[in-house]
Amino acid sequence: MEKARKLRILVAKPGLDGHDRGARIVARAFRDAGFEVIYTGCHQTPEQIVSTAIQEDVDMIGLSILSGAHTYSFPRILELLEENNAKDISVVGGGIFPLEDISKLKEIGIKELFEPGARLKDIIDWVSSNISPRRGVVLKK
Amino acid sequence: MGKKILSESALECIEKEYTEWLDEYQKAVKKVPERLTRFSTVSDLETKPIYTPLDVGNKDFLEDIGFPGKYPFTRGVQGTMYRARLWTMRMFAGLGTSEDTNKRFHYLINHGETGLSTAFDFPTLMGYDTDSPLARGECGKCGVAIDTMEDMQRLFADINLEQVTSSMTINPPASIIWAMYIANAENEGYSRKKLGGTIQNDCLKEFIAQKTLMLPPEPSLRLVTDTVEFGTREVPRWNTISISGYHIREAGSTAVQELAFTIYDGIAYVEEGIKRGLKVDEFAGRLSFFWNSHIDFFEEIAKMRASRRIWARIMKERFGAQDPRSMLMRFHTQTAGCSLTSAEPYNNVIRTTTEALAAILGGTNSLHTNSLDEVYMIPSEEAVLIALRTQQVLADECGVTHVIDPLAGSYFVEALTDKMEEEANVYIRKLDEMGGMVAAIERDYPQMEIADAAFHFQRQVEDGEKIIIGVNKYTSDRPELEFVLKIDEEIERMQVNRTNRYKEKRDKVRFQKAMDEVRRRCEGPPCWENNVMPALIEAVRAGATEQECCDLYRDAFGVYTDPGTF
Repeated sequence: MEKARKLRILVAKPGLDGHDRGARIVARAFRDAGFEVIYTGCHQTPEQIVSTAIQEDVDMIGLSILSGAHTYSFPRILELLEENNAKDISVVGGGIFPLEDISKLKEIGIKELFEPGARLKDIIDWVSSNISPRRGVVLKK
Repeated sequence: MGKKILSESALECIEKEYTEWLDEYQKAVKKVPERLTRFSTVSDLETKPIYTPLDVGNKDFLEDIGFPGKYPFTRGVQGTMYRARLWTMRMFAGLGTSEDTNKRFHYLINHGETGLSTAFDFPTLMGYDTDSPLARGECGKCGVAIDTMEDMQRLFADINLEQVTSSMTINPPASIIWAMYIANAENEGYSRKKLGGTIQNDCLKEFIAQKTLMLPPEPSLRLVTDTVEFGTREVPRWNTISISGYHIREAGSTAVQELAFTIYDGIAYVEEGIKRGLKVDEFAGRLSFFWNSHIDFFEEIAKMRASRRIWARIMKERFGAQDPRSMLMRFHTQTAGCSLTSAEPYNNVIRTTTEALAAILGGTNSLHTNSLDEVYMIPSEEAVLIALRTQQVLADECGVTHVIDPLAGSYFVEALTDKMEEEANVYIRKLDEMGGMVAAIERDYPQMEIADAAFHFQRQVEDGEKIIIGVNKYTSDRPELEFVLKIDEEIERMQVNRTNRYKEKRDKVRFQKAMDEVRRRCEGPPCWENNVMPALIEAVRAGATEQECCDLYRDAFGVYTDPGTF
């Protein structure tokens, strides 16, 4: 049976950095745009993030990070999703990424990266047109 | 009683002319409309076309403005200000290993900086050693990794710790890092009585904004007060708290919120010191502050001038301080990281210059200027030198340091200074009614006020009401910067190895005995006999790592996790 619901998004802050201004603004904007939003708060491990994503049955994880530790946490999250048979959860990132890391992260499966200066409207439009719900879910109009 | 600046009759004449002028202005803008539908500061305070004596006419010069070095210190904390001694040029620096950062310290000193400021990496800030699984991928990226006293020794190698003051941006583990600093300085032959510097140690703003979270608010305050008490008795030249608005502002607050929440944090620390049995004049003089200098030039100057006046009045009237040193607010300033753009990064030099000038005209006592590449990474040598030179050009070439508080008497600046004080006091009364800052934090009040302001500003940027060049006006393709610093991922393994070796070679009996004493003090009621500082100094000498002390804290006091509201 297919479930009908709104797009569900987990906004998550991996690693030890506490710069949550962007994450909280984007979480609010997603909620205002009509998505269902869960926000983890700061200082989450990849394990915690993936476990929350599966428990909450989200369609997308939005990772916000400004510390440079994406080189460890982003690949680890993708790996854990695969191990948990949850590769149909899309992962996107927001924050500060050196140019060379952007292509590397996209190659390994991060769907999109939003950098400083990205407009909320553009992020929401991108999510609406590029994120499909998980298997067995249809979106409520 | 002081003297009003203008008589009633003078004001009446001015008011008549002003009304006529305003009438003409309104006719004129009907023909050629104003450029904006609404003129407001970056914090969204509306501004008028002109300011006149009518906006400041009821001021009492001696009570509200006065002279530098005199109560209420609106014009600066020293009588001579920059004519005698410039602000301390203190660049926030930390990268990679302790050796890398020590090299950067020497580079900056050799190029004329006059004080040190240490940036720690996230594991150090959060109380984890580099070998913690939680520290993976973070070592040395946003600052220096300090696990042990040996790291501290390497960090300050060949620096005279009695001549150079060192600021350390560290919060929940502040007591431990300070213990390492004191122990290392004493090993090097310096006296703790002569050590000058600052630990940020402002736990309240962590819950409100910066989110370097470890312990719940009450035990956090207890540890802060231990350091205040220890500093008062043992390290008299040390600033034991740098009560910080910077991070509140970076999290998206308005200038008024930054001012009000920070000053209220200050009120909370003073109350705690008094509860501990200290007399206000014994310790208040060692409290320092830290402001953000954002992009709105006059708003920042007004905020800084108002901050000194508000604090002086609170210390005198609310706490009955008698020593003027308890009333004068000394502060460090950093230009606003959040005002910088990754688009067209060279423009950041212009933003930082403007913000640094505002801080100087606001009478800052010490200053960090951001580097143009900090939107990407911690600064490269090339970029940090431009940032330091920015301060030096402003100090030595432009003449802005020749006259003390040169904007005093500007109708606009004085009116905006008053406005800042008035609006901050509205928040201060509200926080009083809520039962103080800890109660307000538990209600998520300051956190949500800031989140609302941040969201509002973001909307204004997207609607084009607030302009950011290169972002929502005059945009172009992003050029690559030539000098982006890279931190070698390999240093993580090297640091893990040496921390492990350090732990293996320590005297286990001495170490255990020292840690037991720290625990005994943590578990006892807060008082001088249970002050953690003397026990921590012995513990780090006995080889305790930062995380071992923090784990003990977490175990003794419990942990606080981010509620994750938005």
